[in-house]
Amino acid sequence: MENTLDIKKLFLSHFADFENSLNGGKAKPVHELRRSAISKFSELQFPTTRDEEWKYTNISPLLKHDFVPVQKSAEDYEFEVNHFLFDKMEHSLIVFINGMYSSGLSKIKDLPKGVVVKSLSEAIKEDNPIVKRHLGQYADFKNHIFTSLSAAFVQDGAFIYIPDGKVVEDPIHILFLTISDNQKILVQPRNLFVAGKNSQFTIIEHFASTSDEDIYFTNSVTEIVTEENAFVDHLKVQEESKKAFHIGRMDVHQERNSNFVSHLISFGAAISRNDFNSRFNDDGGESMLNGLFLIEGTQLFDAHTLIDHAKPHCNSHEHYKGILMGSSRGVFNGKVIVRKNAQKTNAFQENNNIILSDDALVNTKPQLEIFANDVKCSHGATIGQLDNDAMFYLKTRGIGVDRAKAILIHAFASDVVRYIKVNAVREYIESILKKKFHEDQS
Amino acid sequence: MLLEIKNLHVNVEGKEILKGINLKVNTGEVHAIMGPNGSGKSTLAQVLAGREEYEVTKGEVFYMGKNLLDLPPEDRAREGIFLAFQYPVEIPGVSNTNLLKTALNEIRKYRGEHELDAMEFLSLLKSKMKLVELDQKLISRSVNEGFSGGEKKKNEIFQMAVLDPKLALLDETDSGLDIDALRIVASGVNKLKSKDNAVVVVTHYQRLLNYIVPDFVHVLYKGKIVLSGDKNLALELEEKGYDWIKAPSDTVEVVS
Repeated sequence: MENTLDIKKLFLSHFADFENSLNGGKAKPVHELRRSAISKFSELQFPTTRDEEWKYTNISPLLKHDFVPVQKSAEDYEFEVNHFLFDKMEHSLIVFINGMYSSGLSKIKDLPKGVVVKSLSEAIKEDNPIVKRHLGQYADFKNHIFTSLSAAFVQDGAFIYIPDGKVVEDPIHILFLTISDNQKILVQPRNLFVAGKNSQFTIIEHFASTSDEDIYFTNSVTEIVTEENAFVDHLKVQEESKKAFHIGRMDVHQERNSNFVSHLISFGAAISRNDFNSRFNDDGGESMLNGLFLIEGTQLFDAHTLIDHAKPHCNSHEHYKGILMGSSRGVFNGKVIVRKNAQKTNAFQENNNIILSDDALVNTKPQLEIFANDVKCSHGATIGQLDNDAMFYLKTRGIGVDRAKAILIHAFASDVVRYIKVNAVREYIESILKKKFHEDQS
Repeated sequence: MLLEIKNLHVNVEGKEILKGINLKVNTGEVHAIMGPNGSGKSTLAQVLAGREEYEVTKGEVFYMGKNLLDLPPEDRAREGIFLAFQYPVEIPGVSNTNLLKTALNEIRKYRGEHELDAMEFLSLLKSKMKLVELDQKLISRSVNEGFSGGEKKKNEIFQMAVLDPKLALLDETDSGLDIDALRIVASGVNKLKSKDNAVVVVTHYQRLLNYIVPDFVHVLYKGKIVLSGDKNLALELEEKGYDWIKAPSDTVEVVS
């Protein structure tokens, strides 16, 4: 506990430095958000495994490090990002180095009139009214210490606004690249995506690092608003240092008849925790929430999802899959609330896990809380090994053990991967899976 | 000699199922293994294919002069053994073509032959598809997923056609087939058999043997081959049933 207090003190002193560095930024309305968030942060405690929501995810390894906010500007890095791009993708690219926007590395192209794709820091500087209206409204910082930490240090991230009726055909690739240079840095991207009525866009949040060994802390918060009849396709690809810590949160606010599709593909970190909260704020909404995580060694991956069916006639479809190796730990907690007046709700949830070693472990917990009486809801969870009968069948066709395993793992993952609409990303994920399980070799 | 089984004893989950099987199969021959349910027919087929859970407690099996029991299942397949499953396994997410291309090329590589490219493979597939009148749509679907019983069995014979084994073990490939499907499956097998390979048909019913005519018929009962003969034995079994075998079985010596 002493340790935790020290960390809090440390972050509070970093906040004081941060505030002093703002140089006039304190006058901006967003600073009120920062101030109330830091005061909440000082009151809240870091969670322990005694907290129900963190029962299987012990974050004490994270709290042992003195993470510091980044000082260096993104423009100070001479860097080639081609290596981190998805092949042959025609898209706008927004690059953040250590959470800070890099105009030099970003290329924003051919956007329909009125579409805004820029850094949050710039939007804050300009007093953007959309930012003013939505930022901090959905990701509740009052009860969540990591969200309060994010809100207190709100500075940069991606801001996207698609006006009513506009369609952005090409996906927008946001690359969050961490170059920590052996510094234990705190990276806090803060994103806001607002899709106007009848608008459509596809976004890729891509977390990567230049080293597999660096220890750093990503604390990311994304808020998404889908106005009436909007369609948003969201992808999150997480391939960070195996020693990093990743606390990620996404809050989606869905208006009438809007459609939100999300895929989380995670290769984990030392500890990665992903909170996904979605709320149907009006009738007729639809959401698809898919996830695939693949972890090994001593990695811990935790997905907590909450779908709030607050209004009638909404459909949600959730499918998370885990592949675990080594002595890794997986946690899936999927909560679906169907409120009293949310009749004609369809909510489907499924979590399947494959354990490829003796020491890996998964805790899965579906939670359905249904207060309406005319709904269709289902959930299912499985934890198992590769199907022995299928293995034997493949072997009797002359396929060796490793290859047979690779084929079955690939088939398991494809249930999620095949729904990724952006071809370049889907192919990229498939190539990683193939490489991982030597499916190409023989 | 293609296959020689000597005094084979096999335990399944601690229980002795095969209690001293002796059998010799030469190339160019078709053998039928018949017998009532639970006599050990499927166990014999599976153990030859290499099912690890089945424990060989005694005896030897030689295949082309090699000790077959030393080989893992995939190497047995690469050496030319093919098992058509009684209950073909469904594998969602793996397409039939992907399975077959991988299998064929693993087998070819093992034999030091060049791997087929996509074009070569496709033309091979097309020629073999006709053999079993398999619907083209099924080829690109996931392995056996949502197939009818007949489609699954046809798919097994289709795989056999593509992999072109030296020793084909057909485990109750005829069960549950209507007469049309049975004819298609049997004619596929007949087209594939040659003087260089052998077929062992495991079946409960004589019906299949009207279409695949065996050179030898063996009756398996309580884990032993209690009677062997030519195709007329199958007809006799059809007529009399298995009861006349059952009565004196405990005293009958292995005939093979």
